[in-house]
Amino acid sequence: MTSRETRTLVIAVILFGLAALLPFSGNGYYISIGVTIAMYVVLSTSWALFSGPTHYISLATAAFYGLGTMIVATGIEMVPYVVLLLISAVAGAVMAALVGLATLRLSGVYFVIFTLGLAEMIRQLVSWLQNNLGGSRGLYVLTDLTEEHIYWELLALAGFVFLIGWWIGRSRLGFAMRIIGNDETVAAHCGINTARSKILLFMVSGMVAALVGALLAPRWTYIEPNIAFSPLLSFEVVIMALLGGTKRLWGPLVGVIPFTILLEVIEANYPSQTILVLGIAFLLIVYLVPHGVVGRLEQSFAKFRKGGN
Amino acid sequence: MASGKTVLSVRGVTKQFGGLTAVDHVDFDVHEHEVVGIIGPNGSGKTTMMNLISGALKLTAGQITLQGSRISGLSAQDINRRGVSRTFQLVKMLPTLTVIENVMAGAVFGHKRRWGYEAEDFAHQMLNKVGIDSLANAPVSSLTYIDQKRLELARCLASEPEILLLDEWLAGLNPTELTTGIELIKTLRSEGRTVILVEHVMDAIRSLCDNCVVMNTGQKIAQGSPAKVLSDPEVIRAYLGDDDA
Amino acid sequence: MDILITGILLGGTYALIAMGLNLQYGVARIMNLANGEMLVAGAFAAFWTYTAGQVSPILAILFVAPLAFLVNWIIYRIILMPLIKRAKNQGQLEVDSILATFGMGFAFVGIMVATFGAEYFSYDYLGDGILIIGSTFALNRIIAFAAAVIICGLLYLWLYWSRPGTAVRAVAVNPQAAGLVGINVLRVSALAFALGGSLTAVGGSLISTFLTLDASIGVLFTMKALIIVIMGGVGDVRGVIVAALILGLAETAVATLIDPGLTLAAAYLIFILVLLFRPQGLFGKPTS
Repeated sequence: MTSRETRTLVIAVILFGLAALLPFSGNGYYISIGVTIAMYVVLSTSWALFSGPTHYISLATAAFYGLGTMIVATGIEMVPYVVLLLISAVAGAVMAALVGLATLRLSGVYFVIFTLGLAEMIRQLVSWLQNNLGGSRGLYVLTDLTEEHIYWELLALAGFVFLIGWWIGRSRLGFAMRIIGNDETVAAHCGINTARSKILLFMVSGMVAALVGALLAPRWTYIEPNIAFSPLLSFEVVIMALLGGTKRLWGPLVGVIPFTILLEVIEANYPSQTILVLGIAFLLIVYLVPHGVVGRLEQSFAKFRKGGN
Repeated sequence: MASGKTVLSVRGVTKQFGGLTAVDHVDFDVHEHEVVGIIGPNGSGKTTMMNLISGALKLTAGQITLQGSRISGLSAQDINRRGVSRTFQLVKMLPTLTVIENVMAGAVFGHKRRWGYEAEDFAHQMLNKVGIDSLANAPVSSLTYIDQKRLELARCLASEPEILLLDEWLAGLNPTELTTGIELIKTLRSEGRTVILVEHVMDAIRSLCDNCVVMNTGQKIAQGSPAKVLSDPEVIRAYLGDDDA
Repeated sequence: MDILITGILLGGTYALIAMGLNLQYGVARIMNLANGEMLVAGAFAAFWTYTAGQVSPILAILFVAPLAFLVNWIIYRIILMPLIKRAKNQGQLEVDSILATFGMGFAFVGIMVATFGAEYFSYDYLGDGILIIGSTFALNRIIAFAAAVIICGLLYLWLYWSRPGTAVRAVAVNPQAAGLVGINVLRVSALAFALGGSLTAVGGSLISTFLTLDASIGVLFTMKALIIVIMGGVGDVRGVIVAALILGLAETAVATLIDPGLTLAAAYLIFILVLLFRPQGLFGKPTS
C-alpha cells in the first residue's frame, strides 16, 4: 500500500467513524435525513461502479430497490430478516444478470431503454401476482429495527461498497472496464470478454441496490408495490451520481449530500415541484458539469497548477 | 523457412456483404517463423481477410484453423486469447490510459496472461523493444504518429501472440519513419515471430516477406516469394490494368 | 376478432408515434426520451381546444402539426445543437441526448403539473360505437386510425418520391456520405427532428380522442415507441408499421385475455424476444 493510499484510508475511516456518531445526536430529523443520505450514497456509488466506466445509463435502480423491498415485505412473517437480506442480494444479482444477458451483448441504447421501463414492468407483474394469488396489495413490515439501526446498516453497506469499489479498481475486472470504456473493439481484440465483464459489474450494482431496498423496508412498515417501485428513484440516483462525478469512487458522494438536502427542502415546501427540479438538474448537468462537480474541480485544479508553473 | 510447421491455415474462406463477395474461396497457409504478406490493389479484400482472421468479422463460408484447431466462428476475444493479435489500419489506442497501461492491456488479458508487477515489467520490455520506453508514463495524446503505431505494436506483442497481424502498419509514415518501421519489423522477423502483414509499401514487402499472397477482387491470384509474384503477369495486370501487361 | 380489430386500430396510432421517434433517432441521431412528453403536449392541445372552443380534434391537428414542428425545430437548433457540436463520437452524443431529453421531459411534466395539475384529462368526442363484422367499435378509434394511416401514407410518399425525402433517407443511411454528395446534414437532421416531433404530437392529439391521459404518462409512450422502433429496425418505415401493429395486437390481447394492468409486461415480453432473436429489427439484416 502506498503512503497516499494509507492516507486516504485513514481519512475515510475517520469520516466513517464521524458519520456513525450521528444517531447519538438524538435529533430524529437529522437521523431521518441521515438515513436518506446514506441510502442515496450507497445507491449512487454502486450505480457509478457500473455506469461510470461503461457510460451506460442504468435506469433500473428502482427495479432492484423495489425487488429487495418486496422480498422483505412478502417474507417477513415467515423467514428471519437476515435470510431475507441474503435472498434480496441474490435476487438482485440474478435479475441484473438476466437484464445484462439480454442487453449488454448489444449496444448501450438497448440497455438504457430496457432499464427505463423495468421498474414499472415489475411493479405491474407484482401487483398482478398479488391480485391473483389471493394476497392483499399492502403488506406490513413490523420489526424492532429503528431508524438508528437502519442508518448504521446502510452505513456499513456504504463501507462495503467503497471497499468493493476500491478492490475492483485494483483488479483485472477494473482494468478491463477502463479499457472497455475507452474502446470496446480494442478491448475485445486484447482478449477481454467484454460482455461478461459488463454483466459481472452490473450484477454487483444490482445486488447492492436490492440490498438497500431490503434494508429500508422496515422504515415504511406498510408496503405496497406503488411505494416499493418509486419511479423517480432511478432518476434521482442518476442525477446525484452524475452531479458529483463518476470518475472517482467518492465522486457521487459529493453530489448526494447537497441534492438530498435540496430534495428535502423542495418536498417540504413545494411538493409538486420535485419533478421540475429533476428536469432542471438533468439539463444543468449536461450543459454545465458534464464530468460532475469533482471532474470540474479537478480540471480547474490542473489548469491552476499548469498556470502556476 | 517455409518448412516449419503450419501455424495458421485458411481454407475456402468466403465473406459476402449482401450481394458483394469481398473474399472469395481463399486458401493459404502460414508456417512457423514465416512473414507472409497479403498484397493487392485497393478493394481487393485484404483488410477483410485480416478482419476474418482476427474475428472482427464472421466468415460466410470456409474455415480458419490456428495450430490445428478451428478459430473461425469464435469471438474476437477468444481468437485473441488463442494467440492471434492484430494492429488496426487506423491506429486504435486507449486515450485515457497512459502509454504503459495501453501496453499492459495486452499483457494482462491476451494470449499469455500476466498480472501486477509481472505485467508491468513485461510491458516495459515491449516498449523497450519498439523503442519508446522513455515515454512509458506519458499520456497517449502526446505521442507522434509513428510512436502511436509503435505503441499499438507493443500492445500486441505484450500478449505474446502465436501470430501477429499487421494491417498497413507502415502506411502514413514519412521516409525516415518508414526506415525505422521496416527495421523494427525486421527485428521481429529475426526473433522468429510469425507475422501476416497487409501492405502497400513494395520496398517493405520485398525486404520483409518470405511469402506473398496476392489478392484481386476477393480472389487469390498468386502466391510465392515476393520476387516471383511481383513479376507474375497476372499480378501486374491486376495492379496496373490490361494496357500495361 | 374483437382483439384483432381493436389491436390494429391501436397499432395504427402507435405507428404514427413511433415513426416520429424513428425520424428523430434514425435520421437526426438523437435518442429523444422526451418523445412521450411531446405526445402528451399534442394530446393536451387537442383536449384544450375541444373543451375550450369545441374545436374538433381532427381540425386541431391542423395547428398542432405546424406548432409542434416549430417547437421541435427550435429544440434541435438551440438545445441539442451544442451537444452535437461537442460530441466526439456517437456514443457520447447518445448519452448526452438521453440526459438532455430526460431533462426536457421532466421539466415539461413539472410545468404541466404546476400549471394544470396532475389530474387525468379526457373528453368525449365521437364516442358512439359503430358496427364492424358483428362487433361494435368506437368511432373515435376508427377516425384516429384512418388519420394515422393517411399521415403515414403521405410520409411514405414524401420520403420515397420527393427530393427532400430522399435527402432524409440518405442521411439516415450514412450522414458522412450524405454530406459528401452535397446534402446539408445538419439542416436535414433538424428537419427530420422537427417533423418527427410533429408526427408524435399529432399522434398525441389522435390518441386523446379515445384514451385518458395525464401529464406524467409520457414516459410510458416513450417506452412503447422505443420498443416499436427497435423491433421495426431503426430507420425502417415498413418495419415500424409492422412492429406497431404487433405491439398494438399484443397489448390488446393481454389486456382482454389476462389483465389490463399487464400491458407494459406484454411490451417487454416482445422486447425481450426481439433482443434475443432479432436485435437488428424485423427486416434488418444481421450485421457482424
